[in-house]
Parts: sequence; structure tokens; C-alpha cells
Amino acid sequence: MKARIPALVSLVTVAAVLSILPFVLGDYNISLAAQVGIFFIAVLGLDILTGYTGQISIGHGAFMAIGGYTTAVMSRDHDTNLVLTMLVAFAICFVVGLVVGLPALRLSGVYLALVTFALAVSVPLLPLKWSSYLGGRDGVQASHEVSNLWLYGVAWAASAILFVLAWLILRGRAGRAFRAVRDSEIAAVASGIELPVYKTLAFGISAAYAGVAGSLFVLANNGFAAPDEFGIVLSLQILIGAAVAGLGSLWGVLAGAAFVGLLPSISSSVPVIGSAHGRDVVFGAAVILVMLLLPGGFASLVAWLRRFGRA
Amino acid sequence: MAAAATSRLESLRNRGAAFGGAPFVGLILVAVAAGLVVGSLRSATFAQLTVQGLALGAVYGILALALVLVYRATRVINFAQGELAMATTYVAYQLIQWGLSYWEAFFATLAIALVLGTVLELALIRPVLHRSAIAAVIVTVGLFVLIDGIVNWIWGGDFKSMPSPFGTKIYHVGGVSIARLYVGMFVVVIIAVLLVWALFRFTKVGLGMRAAALRPAEAAFVGVRVEWMLAIGWGLAALLGAVAGLMTEPSQFLLEPTLMQPILVYAFAAAVLGGLESPAGAVIGGLAIGVALNLVVQYVPAITSELQTPFAFAVILAVLLIKPTGLFGHREVRRV
Repeated sequence: MKARIPALVSLVTVAAVLSILPFVLGDYNISLAAQVGIFFIAVLGLDILTGYTGQISIGHGAFMAIGGYTTAVMSRDHDTNLVLTMLVAFAICFVVGLVVGLPALRLSGVYLALVTFALAVSVPLLPLKWSSYLGGRDGVQASHEVSNLWLYGVAWAASAILFVLAWLILRGRAGRAFRAVRDSEIAAVASGIELPVYKTLAFGISAAYAGVAGSLFVLANNGFAAPDEFGIVLSLQILIGAAVAGLGSLWGVLAGAAFVGLLPSISSSVPVIGSAHGRDVVFGAAVILVMLLLPGGFASLVAWLRRFGRA
Repeated sequence: MAAAATSRLESLRNRGAAFGGAPFVGLILVAVAAGLVVGSLRSATFAQLTVQGLALGAVYGILALALVLVYRATRVINFAQGELAMATTYVAYQLIQWGLSYWEAFFATLAIALVLGTVLELALIRPVLHRSAIAAVIVTVGLFVLIDGIVNWIWGGDFKSMPSPFGTKIYHVGGVSIARLYVGMFVVVIIAVLLVWALFRFTKVGLGMRAAALRPAEAAFVGVRVEWMLAIGWGLAALLGAVAGLMTEPSQFLLEPTLMQPILVYAFAAAVLGGLESPAGAVIGGLAIGVALNLVVQYVPAITSELQTPFAFAVILAVLLIKPTGLFGHREVRRV
């Protein structure tokens, strides 16, 4: 019970800061904070898969693309309420995640990494094939326009809802099964856990989260969805965010999301690395350094600080 | 580590059982080859596409072989393998800009790739390897982004072109026109594959590398420097990747930072088709994917050239659904 109180304090602090931010930040900074919220959702989703279940996905950008196109197309064709499109994106990505995950997850984790990488390269090519419906290289323009403040509010509200949802899932039977799978697949099977079921479930959930993030990602991009927005590097960024986040800590996921959400705009104002691809150099170098020096990611740093504070 | 060693040992022991499927696989391959020959005799277009497919497929195969070598040595899929190949191709481009001839640059690049791969393993992969496979995979993902950024930084994202290594001559064989380029690509790749095979089969270093990959503990007992062998394995993989990159460039007629991304997916498909652990399977898988992609795009109206990569993705899924061990793989048996 004792451990719950600091966690609650953290939550309240984060919620309070988030609700004050719109009043103190300018419009541009609000858009940046919304960007962090979007990556928060994606990194949180991937953390369920990688951090809790021990499986790795290199293709969550593909699910962001599916979610983003869902929102853009529904908005363009039917003028659907945007929040509704996010729910649809959530559902579609969940199903696609199950379908893609099932064959890959019968085997060792390596295969999921392979399959998701191929998925991430493949999905952005599909709009080129069905260009009359999905806009080809020119992309799809949603008919709605949203303000940065709307985006900020919806992104963080969605983050809060999905965070609670993740907490509910992870504290229950499914969460225990996920952790058992991560710690030892053999022991998990021996305790009666259906490996493929739980692995696929974790993958579907995390894909659904990425779908919602993708919806918001497109809206943040002025409602414009195009293949080039969802290149392989986007997928890798989410994974990098999850690696920086480390395992299962609110602060870790926040740090990971802030890292991938803010770095592009920060580095573009720095002279040397600010060139178009300096960002990638920083991303790549940073994740390698984190893996070498701080294997548990930011979460382990928080845990260490906490222990340090107690001692 | 011990568990990993046991599982490898077990898989070694169970290899005998896998040969039960070998005649069946052999039969399929012979049937496919016969089909290709018959089709080629009936249609010049078919023949041309098949030959092209074999040349392109050889390139996918050699990159798949690089992936398999790394996987066997360290149980890691190197997602940066394609980007590494792309980067070394840029090195060759730079060497040619500095005045080397194509083939001088070719061999210099292979040497550089060998060193680069070895150093990367020692510096970046080794420290995280004992922790988990996921950590190592994430490092290769970081490497992917890093290399991409560095190449864009140094050379820019615009198209570059290199002199053609094989000229533009076209051979005519009974109504079928075959560019010398494709013959050259195929020959270079096959020579590289044979040399690597000979290295593994006939030299002491090769024996050491095989031992280190299959039974690290026992190999260390008899004096094999396991750590070095695994690092050299990465170096060799980078070298094979460099061959793949250098042979991809002329087939695409241009050099750009995204050069190897689709090729890497084809190589994944090839490796999975071959069983992920089998070097011969990787090469045969590559040839199969190359020919299949070429023929499918030509003869199946629904699959246009944009769908080549999604098709490769579908192949991966299909193999995992139908025969997860691929053509030449074997089931991994784990003992608790």
C-alpha cells in the first residue's frame, strides 16, 4: 500500500502540470506539448508490448499510418467526428495487430521483429497502389481543421484514458500473464499461460494505441496523411522512445515521449546538427548510448534516484 | 548464456530429424526449376525476367546470408545490415570520386566493411549481448538511424551515380536479350558466396567460427577465441552486405540513402524462406524471391511494382503460417 502513495503523487503532479501548461505556454509550445502527448500514447503502447511482455516491434509506425489514414479518409469522405475516427482507428489497428501478430508470435521474438519491420516498410506503399481512394503519393487531406489547443487537450485526454486502461489491463490477470511471458516463456507455459494468446493480445493492444497516436499525428500534421510521413524512421523513433523510457514507469514513458517528440524541434535550432538529418544522428547515437550506459532506460534512473533518496 | 548454449546444442542434435523433410524440399526445388526452364523455352519475356530475377535474387540472397551469419553467431537480427551495406556503397562512391577505378574501390570497400563490421560488434553489440536479445536488436535499430543520419549528413539525400562496373553490353541468346550487367551481378555474388563457403569449410578460422557459433563453451575449451570469432563473423557479414550494396547500385542505376531498405525486406523474406539459420537456404531463398518478384509483377495483374515489398511481406507471413522453419531450417528444441 505504501508504494501506491508516491505513484499517486506522481500522477497528480503530472495531471496538474498538464492542466496548467496551456495557460502559460504560447501557441507554438502548446503544439510541441501536444506532439509529446501523441508520442506518449505510442510509446506507452509499445511499452506494454516490449517492457511488459518482452516482445519487440520495429513497425509501430505502420499502425500509426493505418490510424492516421483512417482518420483522414473518414474525415474527408464522411466528415465524421474526429474522436469517433480515433475509436475506429483503435479498433482497426487492434484487429490488424492480431492478424499480423498471430503467425509471428507462434515463434521466438526474433520473428516478430522481422515481420513488423517488413510491415513498416510495406504499409506506406499501399496508398500508392490504391491511389484513387488513398491519395497515392499526394496523400489524403482531412476536411477538419483543429487548433493546437484542441490537439493538446484531446491528445492528453486520450493519453490519460489510455494510461488508465493500460493500468487496468496490467494489474489484472492479463498483466500478470504478460510479465510471466517476459520473464520466462517456459515457466509461463508451465503455469498454464497460453503463450500465443497473450503475446498476440499484447501486440494487438499496443498496435491499437499506436493507431490512436497515428490519428492524432495526422491531425497535428494539419490533417494531412501521406506515405512519406510514415517512413521507417517513424517506427524506429517509437522504439527508441520506448528504449529511452525503460520499463513500466510513468516518468520513463514521459521522458521517452518528450525525447522523441521534442528532439526534432530542439535540434533544428542548433546550428551543426540542425540540418535535416542531424536529428537522426542524435536519435541513433542517443539510443545506443542509453542501451550501453543505462540499460533500464529512464525508468531505472528514476528507480535509482528513489532508492538514493530513501537511503 | 548456458541456456542458449544448450538450446544450440539441442538444435544441433535434432538436425538429423530435419533431414526427413529434405527430399520433399528437394523435390519442390527441382519442380520449380523445371517449371522455370519450360517457361523460359516457351517465352522470351519469361526467360528474360527469370534471368534478371536470378541476378537480383542473388543480391537478396547474399544480404540474407549476411543476416544469417550474424544470427547464427550472435542470435541477433541486425536491422542495420542494409544501412551498413548502403553506407559502404557510399564509401565506394567516395573512393571512385577520389580517383580509384571501380574494382580498386570495390576491393578497398570490402576491406573497410570487414573492419567496420568487426569494430561495431566489439564496440556496440558485445557489451549488450549478454543482457538480452532485445537490447542488442534495439542497438542495431539505433545503428540504423545513426548510419542513415550520417550518410545523409555527409553525402546528402540526392541521387548519386557510379560508373557501371559491367558496361552496357547486351547479349542475345536465341531471341532472349540479357544485359551483361545481370550476368556480372550474378557472377560476382556467386563468387563471393563460394569464397565465404570455402572459408568456413576449409580454413582453420572458418572452423573456429563455426565452432564458436554452434558450441561456444566447448569451442572455448579447445582454445578457440570465441569472442574474436563472433566479431569476425559480424565483419564477414558486413563484407557480404557491401557486396550486396555494390551490386544493387548498378541494378538501380543510382545511389540514394534509401537504396537498401526494400532490399533488406527481400533479404528478410529470403532468410525466413531459407529457415533463418541455413546459409544455403538464405541464398536459395534469395534466388526464389528474386525470380518470384519479377514474374509476379509481370504476370499477376493485381500485383503492380508498388506491391513488391508488400508481396515480400506476404511471403514472410505465409512461410511463418505454413512452414515456420522455412525450407532448410529445423525446429529449435529447448530443454528446461
